[in-house]
Amino acid sequence: MAKSAILKSSLAKKYWMALTGLFLCLFLVGHLAGNLQLIFSDASHFNQYALFMTTNPAVKLLSYLTYISILFHAVDGIMLTVQNRKARPIRYAMENPSANSAWASRNMAVLGTLILVFIVTHMVNFWAVMHFDEKMPLETVQVDYEGKTYDFYVTQNTGKDKYIPVDLENSGLEIRNRTEFYDKTGNLKIAEGYKDLHKITFAFFKDAKYGLIATILYVIAMFVLSFHLLHGFASAFQSLGANNPKYNGLIKGFGKAFSVIVPLLFAIIPIYIHFFAK
Amino acid sequence: MSLDSKIPEGHISEKWTNHKDHLNLVAPNNRPKIDVIVVGTGLAGASAAASLGEMGYNVKAFCFQDSPRRAHSIAAQGGINAAKNYQNDGDSIYRLFYDTIKGGDYRAREANVHRLAEVSGNIIDQCVAQGVPFARDYGGLLDNRSFGGTQVQRTFYAAGQTGQQLLLGAYSALSRQIGLGRVEMFNRHEMLDLVKVDGKARGIIARNLITGEIERHSAHAVIIASGGYGNVYFLSTNAMGSNVTAAWKIHKQGAYFANPCYVQIHPTCIPVHGTNQSKLTLMSESLRNSGRIWVPKKKEDAEAIRAGKLKPTQIAEEDRDYYLERRYPAFGNLVPRDVASRAAKERCDAGYGIEANDTNEGVYLDFASEIKSKGRQTAYAQGNHHPTDEEVIKLGKQWVEEKYGNLFQMYEKITDENPYETPMKIYPAVHYTMGGVWVDYNLQSTIPGCFVAGEANFSDHGANRLGASALMQGLADGYFVLPYTVSNYLADEIRTGKIATNTPEFDEAEKRVKDSINFFLNNNGTKSVDHFHKALGNIMWNKVGMGRNEKGLSEAVEEIDALRKEFYKEVYVPGSADELNPELEKALRVADFMELGQLMAMDGLQRKESCGGHFREEYQDAEGETLRDDENFKFVGAWEYHGSDINKEVLHKEELNYEFIKIAARNYK
Amino acid sequence: MASSKFININLKIWRQKNAKEKGKIETYKLDNVSIESSFLEMLDQLNEQLVSERQEPVAFDHDCREGICGMCSLFINGRAHGPDTGITTCQLHMRMFKNNDTIYVEPWRSKAFPVIKDLVVDRTAFDRIQQAGGFVSVNTSGNTIDANATPVPKHDADRAFEAAACIGCGACVATCKNGSAMLFVGAKVSQYALLPQGKVEATQRVLNMVRQMDEEGFGNCTNTGACEVECPKGISLENIARMNREYLAASLK
Repeated sequence: MAKSAILKSSLAKKYWMALTGLFLCLFLVGHLAGNLQLIFSDASHFNQYALFMTTNPAVKLLSYLTYISILFHAVDGIMLTVQNRKARPIRYAMENPSANSAWASRNMAVLGTLILVFIVTHMVNFWAVMHFDEKMPLETVQVDYEGKTYDFYVTQNTGKDKYIPVDLENSGLEIRNRTEFYDKTGNLKIAEGYKDLHKITFAFFKDAKYGLIATILYVIAMFVLSFHLLHGFASAFQSLGANNPKYNGLIKGFGKAFSVIVPLLFAIIPIYIHFFAK
Repeated sequence: MSLDSKIPEGHISEKWTNHKDHLNLVAPNNRPKIDVIVVGTGLAGASAAASLGEMGYNVKAFCFQDSPRRAHSIAAQGGINAAKNYQNDGDSIYRLFYDTIKGGDYRAREANVHRLAEVSGNIIDQCVAQGVPFARDYGGLLDNRSFGGTQVQRTFYAAGQTGQQLLLGAYSALSRQIGLGRVEMFNRHEMLDLVKVDGKARGIIARNLITGEIERHSAHAVIIASGGYGNVYFLSTNAMGSNVTAAWKIHKQGAYFANPCYVQIHPTCIPVHGTNQSKLTLMSESLRNSGRIWVPKKKEDAEAIRAGKLKPTQIAEEDRDYYLERRYPAFGNLVPRDVASRAAKERCDAGYGIEANDTNEGVYLDFASEIKSKGRQTAYAQGNHHPTDEEVIKLGKQWVEEKYGNLFQMYEKITDENPYETPMKIYPAVHYTMGGVWVDYNLQSTIPGCFVAGEANFSDHGANRLGASALMQGLADGYFVLPYTVSNYLADEIRTGKIATNTPEFDEAEKRVKDSINFFLNNNGTKSVDHFHKALGNIMWNKVGMGRNEKGLSEAVEEIDALRKEFYKEVYVPGSADELNPELEKALRVADFMELGQLMAMDGLQRKESCGGHFREEYQDAEGETLRDDENFKFVGAWEYHGSDINKEVLHKEELNYEFIKIAARNYK
Repeated sequence: MASSKFININLKIWRQKNAKEKGKIETYKLDNVSIESSFLEMLDQLNEQLVSERQEPVAFDHDCREGICGMCSLFINGRAHGPDTGITTCQLHMRMFKNNDTIYVEPWRSKAFPVIKDLVVDRTAFDRIQQAGGFVSVNTSGNTIDANATPVPKHDADRAFEAAACIGCGACVATCKNGSAMLFVGAKVSQYALLPQGKVEATQRVLNMVRQMDEEGFGNCTNTGACEVECPKGISLENIARMNREYLAASLK
């Protein structure tokens, strides 16, 4: 009884919605912290961070959890919406819902769908490029020496081997598997570069043709996220029954602050890059 | 037939125990062979159905509402009495017994009332065990308050919704039995006749109100718990659907109808506002603890108020007539219900009414004095010994809001007037009917196998019911009396077997019902059912209302007779028989109200005395108080039906003997 | 009486012959409605007019007309129990409307509350939920323990009472965009969960009541809070949270 109840009942759907939702809130915080390096740190640190995020096994596990959460949250949401629509086969001729509920709370499915579209777009723009694009550039650095400028790849080696001149032909090296530097003759891997996500990101938002549109769309997406969170955050606590008159105000207040501040900080990044970054 | 009340022998305090010990029982293995029908799911019906279901009988329960939870017991506000003596103020079973007999103006049966007092404590235990959330104090124990006509605190309550909470308790017990398959519930079903076989009640004919289907249901015993008949007045505090039909149908099948003229008129209701009004709303009796009732001293002031030229707050203190305080200095505004109601009528009849409706019927219930005095007290308690007038009023309003906030809000929603600023307008309204089907000590009517419980019977309240006693009686009957007495009756039925419904008796009863329905649907008159119901109510209110006299009552008998004839000639009922048809439902109910109304007037006419709710203007003392005639009228008047001419009903008398209480005049001065 | 106390209105009312046939909105004009009338008295007036014109009157549920029985159930101008809060339809008064207003009157809309006729719906789903567990399993007995033998903290008793104040009208379902009955079920679960008498079988109760609720075809709660706003008795959303908590605990047991 109890076992099937926790899987099938209407309440169980709410629990899953709440748990995955809250987990995704945590993900947002982590993702934001990383992304803010685009403003507050340099390319090198950002790319190191990007590498860490794509290779660390613990992070990997978390990322799979995130993918599953997003999927579950979306599928559960669709199931709920379908079931809820079935619960009222004939609609009212006259409705006045704004008299008793907030707009965001009534439109979570629409907001959620928009967010899902955004997530897919966002992953195509960056995640897919990072993971699969053969032409993904590697991080380079320019060094001025005696009035001349030289370009070097930055690698994960330390000391003097950290930099490899961009002119690979001269040094007898080649890049294999997108990031690995090989000595052509010895068939020996001598270094590994950093994928330049920083460059990709800046190029994306500073693109002469599409940069402005992309920035605007990203900012709109964050508005959508904000509304979704505005209802979703406190709602998750209600669904889990983690509700107490003493703390309800705190939960709601924190939820509101979270739903405004997190999307706002996310939105600042493309704006900063497009309008203010060099 | 002579009336045998079957009151057991012995001392009053031992009658019930001894009686119970000697009642016949039905063994558990035999109970599933026996069917019981319960009509009505208010406190009495729901508790009886649940208890009988728990015992193992096959119970069929009927209600006309869409759910048993909506029976009108739900609207009771104040509380439920019980002789628990939790407050250590000298309460006892005897005192509750005594107060109830005295409150009923010595017209109730001693043995029944004592039994009621005996089981009152069990009711509270039972309800608490069911999860009824009574009010509690900070120690976690049950709280009590005080009610009219008593000197102890024995009223248990759940804010202003005690009836609701008790009914939901009984409903939960009933629901449990329905879930277990022990009770079969028939919502939206109305009982339209009783079926008798060999003189015993053996079933009912009911109409499925959704499909219109006429159904036959058989049983070894039938319990009628269908409530009171206050709606005969059209305007009352009863629910719109409350009706006398079930009780009246068994009357027509041979059950005597007792004391129909005993009607309780509640003093504090919101006055009538216009001709479209359908219903009167009660404002809790508890308001009289803080409000002062008055009308203007000068007729011209009353006229000016009705014309909208003067506001009550503009009437100077010396120009106000606080008539209850003037007439009853000892009890003041807290006199019993019947007394307060009559006094309001007296003032309005004399031309001092303040409501701008057709009848000018309305008086003020003013909280200004209380706001000032409580405001001053609160200021003192807060250490402010020289409060300004504004501070006093502000604190006073806060005090009143804490105590009566929800009632004040309800009043404002209905009338659009702010009772914190201007006095409430109130007027008496029909509230409860003490009369009902005559039953013996076992709650069995004069038809064997037909039991009657709750407000539908006449048994415990005499000529006037005390506040917070109706809930007590309903649950006492259903939980603690019927399970024993019905079993006693059923002990002889274990060999009867299932009762067939394809018998001539059922055919005949069904035909009566169908004929009546067809008559109304084919009548094709010119006037609506409500038209006649309002006309009936008008006669009843004016001539069989708060003040009655020989002339008015005689006129009422004739007028109702004439109205009934016109009703059958002129009523128009739209729709068909095989669908949800509220107009048809109303027509069938009003037909019974017509007959009952006439009997009420006849009963009032024969009772040449004033007692409790029955006030005959000819029988009053020099100060306008009720004058009982114990020598000639210390009896229960039970009427026997003799055909469609109500004038032919025959009165039977059950003499009331007071062995354990000394009969005395009721004095509240 | 002054003429300003009367208004003329246009009514758009859902008419449906029975459960099987399709219904539609019909328009009626009603003049000289006293603003002192309650909404249901206005409908009485309309029906009186319809009967006098030999038309079929509008069927609607109503009984106590004082806001406690929970029978009245109209969706008026897009809101359960109409444009006011803390009241049932029978307590709604015509002074809330203006002369020449158009007023939509519809039945509760929910798969679990099928229309019986016109504005009358079948709410027995609520009864079945109650039958599934909305009780304390105690038989009638003259020997139950004394009412004061088990003290109940006042705070808990008061919360239980507030939950028990539900009148089962179904406004929560009607107003919820998802047609969810969780405020009703939450209130019932809460009442018993808060009292020591009800605690004993709390686990089984919440599981059974929620199962029955799901079987009836009610929608899911998405915490919009509309039910709390429209509830005539102000039943708090906290009761839904309590049910969620109780159910979670019960499921894990």
